[in-house]
This record gives sequence, C-alpha cells and structure tokens, in this order.
Amino acid sequence: MTPFLLRRLLSGVVLVFMVTTITFLLMYASTADVARNLLGENATADQLAAKEAQLGLDRPLYEQYLDWLGGSLTGDLGTSWFTSEPVATVLAARVPVTLSMVIGAMVVTAVASAVLGVAAAVRGGWFDRIIQVVGVVGFSLPSFWVALMLVLGFAISLRLLPATGYVPFSESPADWAATLVLPVTALVIGGVAASAQQVRGATIDVLRRDYVRTLRARGLSEASVVCRHALRNAAPAALNILSLQFIGLFGGAVVIERVFAIPGLGSLTVNSALLGDVPVLLGVVVVTVVMLVTVNVVVDGTTGWVNPKARVQ
Amino acid sequence: MSGASRTAVSRTAVERGRDTARWPVLRSVTSDAIGATALLVLLIVIALSLLAPWIAPNDPNLVRIDMAGAPPGVEYLLGGDGAGRDILSRLLIAGGFTLLGAFIAVAVSVVIGVVTGLIAGYFGRSFDIAANTASEALMALPAMIVLLALFRTLGSSMYPAMIVFGVMLSPLFFRLVRGLVIGVKNELFVDAARVSGIGDARIIGRHILIAIREPVIVQIAIAGGIAIVMQSGLEFLGLGDPRIPTWGGMLQDAFDDISVSPLSVVWPGASIGITVASLALLGNAVRDGLQRVDDRNGLAGRAGLPIIPDTARADHAPTPAPAPALEDAILAVRGLRVDYGTGARTAEVVRGVDLDVRRGEVLGLVGESGSGKSQTAFAILGLLGPGGRIAGGSILFDGRELTAVTPAERRKLLGRRIAYVPQEPLSNLDPSFRVGFQLVEPLKAVLGLSADQAERRALELLAAVGLPEPRRVFDAYPHEISGGMAQRVLIAGAIACDPELLIADEVTAALDVTTQAEILDLLRELQKERSMGVILVTHDIGVVADLCDRVAVMQDGRIVETGDVIELFARPRHPYTRMLLEPELDDSPLRESAHHGEARR
Repeated sequence: MTPFLLRRLLSGVVLVFMVTTITFLLMYASTADVARNLLGENATADQLAAKEAQLGLDRPLYEQYLDWLGGSLTGDLGTSWFTSEPVATVLAARVPVTLSMVIGAMVVTAVASAVLGVAAAVRGGWFDRIIQVVGVVGFSLPSFWVALMLVLGFAISLRLLPATGYVPFSESPADWAATLVLPVTALVIGGVAASAQQVRGATIDVLRRDYVRTLRARGLSEASVVCRHALRNAAPAALNILSLQFIGLFGGAVVIERVFAIPGLGSLTVNSALLGDVPVLLGVVVVTVVMLVTVNVVVDGTTGWVNPKARVQ
Repeated sequence: MSGASRTAVSRTAVERGRDTARWPVLRSVTSDAIGATALLVLLIVIALSLLAPWIAPNDPNLVRIDMAGAPPGVEYLLGGDGAGRDILSRLLIAGGFTLLGAFIAVAVSVVIGVVTGLIAGYFGRSFDIAANTASEALMALPAMIVLLALFRTLGSSMYPAMIVFGVMLSPLFFRLVRGLVIGVKNELFVDAARVSGIGDARIIGRHILIAIREPVIVQIAIAGGIAIVMQSGLEFLGLGDPRIPTWGGMLQDAFDDISVSPLSVVWPGASIGITVASLALLGNAVRDGLQRVDDRNGLAGRAGLPIIPDTARADHAPTPAPAPALEDAILAVRGLRVDYGTGARTAEVVRGVDLDVRRGEVLGLVGESGSGKSQTAFAILGLLGPGGRIAGGSILFDGRELTAVTPAERRKLLGRRIAYVPQEPLSNLDPSFRVGFQLVEPLKAVLGLSADQAERRALELLAAVGLPEPRRVFDAYPHEISGGMAQRVLIAGAIACDPELLIADEVTAALDVTTQAEILDLLRELQKERSMGVILVTHDIGVVADLCDRVAVMQDGRIVETGDVIELFARPRHPYTRMLLEPELDDSPLRESAHHGEARR
C-alpha cells in the first residue's frame, strides 16, 4: 500500500512541476508591455526600464524561472505587481473561501450521486427514466446560468437567502452556511447529474457480475448484496468520476464566485487575469494544481483501499 | 471510461462483421423520436446562426436608449436588453460566433486526439507511453483557470483561447480512439487483412477508421456541449471581445443589468441550454443506436437460437401430459420455459423441460454450449440474468412451488437448502473482499451464527474441501489464490449450510485436467457423505460417467433423452445422445472432451 501511494505521490509532484513550468514559460514569455501597463501611457523610457528592473523582467527567462522556482519551494511565491502584497498572503485569504464551496459541493455530489445512481440502477423503471432525463438537463445547463436563476428566484424574488457575499466561518457559522447554500447548489447540479449516471452504469455493471449471482445463491439479502458488495465494487469507478468532478468544480467555482460576489480564488483569478498580474496568476495555478494532485492521491489511496487489486498493479 | 470504450469496440467489430450497411447507427438514430428531434433542433440552431446576418431584424449593436429593458414587442420581438439593443438580433448573431468558437475547440481536439490516438493505439511503444502521460497531465488541469491565466498572453479574442481549450479537450478523443484501436487491431478481420499483405495505411483507412467513426461522433456531441459551456463561462467573466456578441457575453450584460431587464437573462441561457441539450440527446441516441445494433446481432445470435416471435410461441410443440414425479424426488421440474427479451425480440432458451432429482442422487444435465442447461439451472435458483424470465412450467422443491415464492421466501431456501457451485471460480468470488469474509457473511446472515462461530465454521469448511492451509486462504483476497483453490472455496461456501440440493454448473470446465479430477473426487466424496441431491450441469460426458446416477440430455432447450447412466451409455436412443457419446466410443481418454468445445461465456 505504501509504495503504491508513494508512486502516485511522486507522479503528482512531477505533474505540479510540469504544469507550473509550462505556465511560467507561457506567461513570462510575453512581458514586453508589463511596465507600460503598470505605469500608464505617459511613463518615460527611463521609468519603464526602472520598473522592469524592479520586477526583474530585464533578466534572462531562465534566471527568472530559477528564482521563482527556488522561492516557491520555500513558500515564497513572489509579490503582486499591482498591490505589492506577497502572493502567498493573498492566496491564504482566498483559498479557504473557495475550498469551503468546493468541498461542500464535493460532499453533496458524492452523497447525492451515489444514492440516486444506485437507486436508478436497482429500481429501474420510471425512477431510472427520471434520473436519465435529469442527467441530460443537468449536463446542458451551465452552472452560472443556474446560479443566476437561483439568485433571481431565491434571493431577489423570495428573499430567502443572501444573494451575494461571504461570511467567514469564524465570524458566524450560520451565516457562513447560509451564504454557501445557493453557490453550492448551483455548482452541484451539473456534477450530480453527470456522476449519478456514472454510478448508475457502474452499479448495473457490477450487479451483472457472476459473483453477485453466487452471493445471491448463498441466500444473502438484497440490501447486503447492493449496499456492501455492489457499492464497494462500483466505488473505484465512482471515485474516479468524483476526482474528475473536482477539477470541473474548480472551473465552475470561478464563474459562480462572480455571480455571488464571493471573494475566493475565482474572483482573484478573474481580476488578476484582466489586470495581467502574472505572479498572482501563477500562484493560483500552483495552488489549484497542488489541490487537484492532493485530491487525486487521496482518491487513488481510497481506490487502493477499496479495491485490493489496484494496489498490485 | 475504458470499460465503456471496450464495449464499444466489440460492438463496432460485431457490426462490421455482420452488417454491411454503411451507417446503421445513424439510420437507427433518425428513426428514434428523441434522436430525430434533437438532430432537428440542432440543425435549426445551426441554420439560424448561419443565416443570422440576413434574417436578424436589427443591427445587433444598434443602441436605442428608448428601448432599454423594453418588453417583447413589435419592434424588438424578444424585447431590448439593458443597453437598448435588440435581444433577438443579438441572439441570432451571437449563435454564429458561439458555435464557431465551439467548432474551433472541437476541431482542434478531434484532430489532435484522433491522430495521436490512432498512432498510440496502432503502433504503441514509446509514443503510446509519452502520449498517455501527456493526456493524463492535460486531464488533471483545471481548464478554466489555465485559460484565465493565459488571458493576457492569448488576447481578448475568443478564438486563440478556444484553440488552447481544444488541446486541453483532446484527451477525450485520444483515450477513446486509443482504446478502440487497440481493441479492433486484434480482431480477426484486421489480422486477416494484415496477413494478406495489406499495408498499415490501408488497414487504418479501411478498417480502423470505420470502426471508430461512430463512437467518435458520440464524443463530438459531448465535447461540443462542453466547449459551448466553457466558452460561455469565459465570456460571462468578461474575457471576450465586447464588440462581438456571444451567448456568454449576453449573459454577462444581462447579469449587470439584472435590475433593469431580468428577463434578458433567460434568453441566452435558454439558447445555451437547448443547444447543449440537443447535442447531449443526440449523443445518447447514437449510443443507444450502437446498443441496438449490438442487441440485434448479439443476444439471439450468441445463444445460437433463432429469435422467436411472440405469435409463433403459441404453436409450440404441444407439451406432453406431465409425467408423475419420481418417488422421493426432492426436485421436480415440469414444462419449464425460459425466455429473454421482450416483444418481437424474445428468444426462448428453455422450451419445456422436465427433470427429477431424488434425494441423494446425482443427475447429470448434459448438452452442448447454448443448449439451455445453465439457464435451466438458473431458473431453478431463481437467478436468471437481466431480461430473463420463467415463461411457463412448474418447479417443485420438496413439494413447494418455486415459481410462485416471494423473493424473501426464496432467500430462506437459497444457501440453506439449495446451493449453487458456479462455473468460473475466479469471477465468482467478489474481488474486493477477503475469502474468509465471503464465507462468514452468509453463515452469519443465513444460519445466524456469531462472528466467532462463523469464522470457526468457515475454517472447518475450508479444511473439509481439502485446502491444506485454511487460515492462509481465509485471509487471502481472491486474486491471491489459484483457480482450483477458488473452486474449492466456492464448494465450501455451497455446502456450508448442508443443502439438500446442490446445483453445480460446469464446475470443472475452467480448470486444468489434474485439478478437474481432484474437484470431481471432492464433489463425489461430499455428496456421499452428506447424501445431497445434485444437478451436475456439464458438456463433458466423461464427468457424467464418473459421477452421475442418472442423465438428462438437453438440446436446443429441450430434454431429448433421460435415463439411468449405465443404461443410457449402453443404449443411447436419441441420435443427439449418440453424437455426444461418440468421442468416448472412439476410446479417447475420458476428460479429453473438456478441451474441445464449450466457448467460455
């Protein structure tokens, strides 16, 4: 088990390194207008050169890269070009916000899609048909549009829940939860629709296996066959989907944060992208990829624990 | 994912082999109501978007302050947006730009994914490894965040961003095509082509491209939906050219002016939803079409049986008056019929079977693969596969009608009085649980033993079936033991509750010759010791001679001859029985016959 996890961890580290390197090269390859952007049209050539020297942009690309890499290994991700705040500090304020949303959405997606998918597989009939239709609808509606509709319905018309904003958990857990309800709902609808389909397929597949027939022939109850044996064998497929969903949820969170004016990683990314604040953007990429890799390693570990065969490969 | 693509492989391969129509699946889609509607809607959306410059009633960028937030009316059919522009005209023009963006992304990902997938799947080796690594890395990236991070580099036009997104989507096609190609590459018809000296290029062109085109179409529909949603998301965040209307950009404008004209949020969202939904439904319809082609070629064909229309079933050979049950019969089956499927596609696999098993007697049920013997066994157990049902007849177990019991009543019989030993040992143990757990669980559930008692009993059983190290097997996972050991474990599970009737389905077919002999010895021993009634389903006449008291010979879902084993071997009356016995009469070694025949299910 341990070598298996170590191997996954190692490939995760390689992935983080590859992605950040490529992103760095793409983003720092075209820094010609940065100083002018920062200082405005009226800046003199001297001022521009001074600014470039201050940001270190006059140095060769490989030097900048090694500098950045060395810094990030010690937790220093550079400073924002616009606010001069350390990138690590900016991220530390934003990450918990987005993570509350994404983790909340993950939990809801996992539970709801497992229940709906297994139920559709076992019950079949009209229930199954409904899940199929919901699957197509959920896939087709962009989450940010669902978010807009939720804002229109629950926050503006019914005034049931706060339309925008975010309250940290430490300030008021109840308000924290209330501000998360609509964003998480908007985020999960597509994910649940897609994952429930996959869970349904995986469950149907397992229920057709020979060993399920043999277990039934031993007189085991249907509950035990489905909840213990089918669920556990369908779990690797479901977990795999869930780790893909996590990536999708991050993308979704970016847009959802704009709708609900939530000060998370997403709004930070959008603002930095519009301004061209490269150090912050790079920091965002590092943090997201590290989180994704962590989730993947956790999922792989769980898969290995659930499915003894996966460990051997 | 890989599982799905593998099924797709066999499907298309089967279809290639038997169906000469060029696009059978697409034809099946257009005859399906949902598929046809989705295709129609999609074509309308595309047509409207293409014709937009000529049919849009107004200039999409014309601002009329007096029409800001106007309700639907004569001048602006869907009303005006917050800035006073015509929503309908903007929707139509935006459609073109949105679809163009999605088209770019999909085209890039198809080209990259299909080409690399073909090379990786067909030639493999180091390119395969490199491409796989790259594909995994791309799949692990959050596309939205990467596109945002590159916004400055790519500029405000949407098209470069969509090209990059196409690259990030390409693993969808790479993985699909690679899996399909690996599957098709080893099909017989491709081998035949290669042997007859046809070059790689022509094989790819003639055989492989044909096999992958339909699954790729399904994937294009899905990728198109994803691309539209992604592009709209980027536009919605304001990362687009404000002079070019797109559905996502319109949503952004509408969101900013949500207080002025809340309705204008609905239209672009609905346009995205309808387009993506029709793509998704079209994809589903193609997938179902593939399934249907598969069913048509598969189900009945595999069982080697003609498909019998419902109407024809009535004129079936009249069932002879039921013979009286044998004295002391623990099981009496009369006129049993089993069919699969519904309506016109029903296939009857068991067509009126009579069987008797006395207490303590071994009945051999013999016949070739597809003769319906396993289905008869499953019907007695009440465990027919999906789509299967008992269409008629009676199954009396110790005087109780099994065709009429509730599932709960049946569970009380299964494992306690009726037991089952399956055909393929390794696929019949749950791979995720230790062997011990799989024995202990039914002991606790069925006999109500405590955990300790159940464990002790399970270890005794493992010893009783001749496993030298019961503890080691108890603690092992199924993939850690051999086929012969697994078969002993399954026998241990079956006899755990001292059943009166044991149904053993081809118990030796998957084992090597030495292990076969050992397992048969074990079965004989246990049967004597516990005086169980046994139905031994087999295609192996040698096994029958070895173990059985009586034999029932089955062909095409019917019993053609029944009798005492010695008498039947000495004087077979039915020509089919004589044919089955022939290799034995030729003096070939008894169990040799296990090797010719029985295709594994």
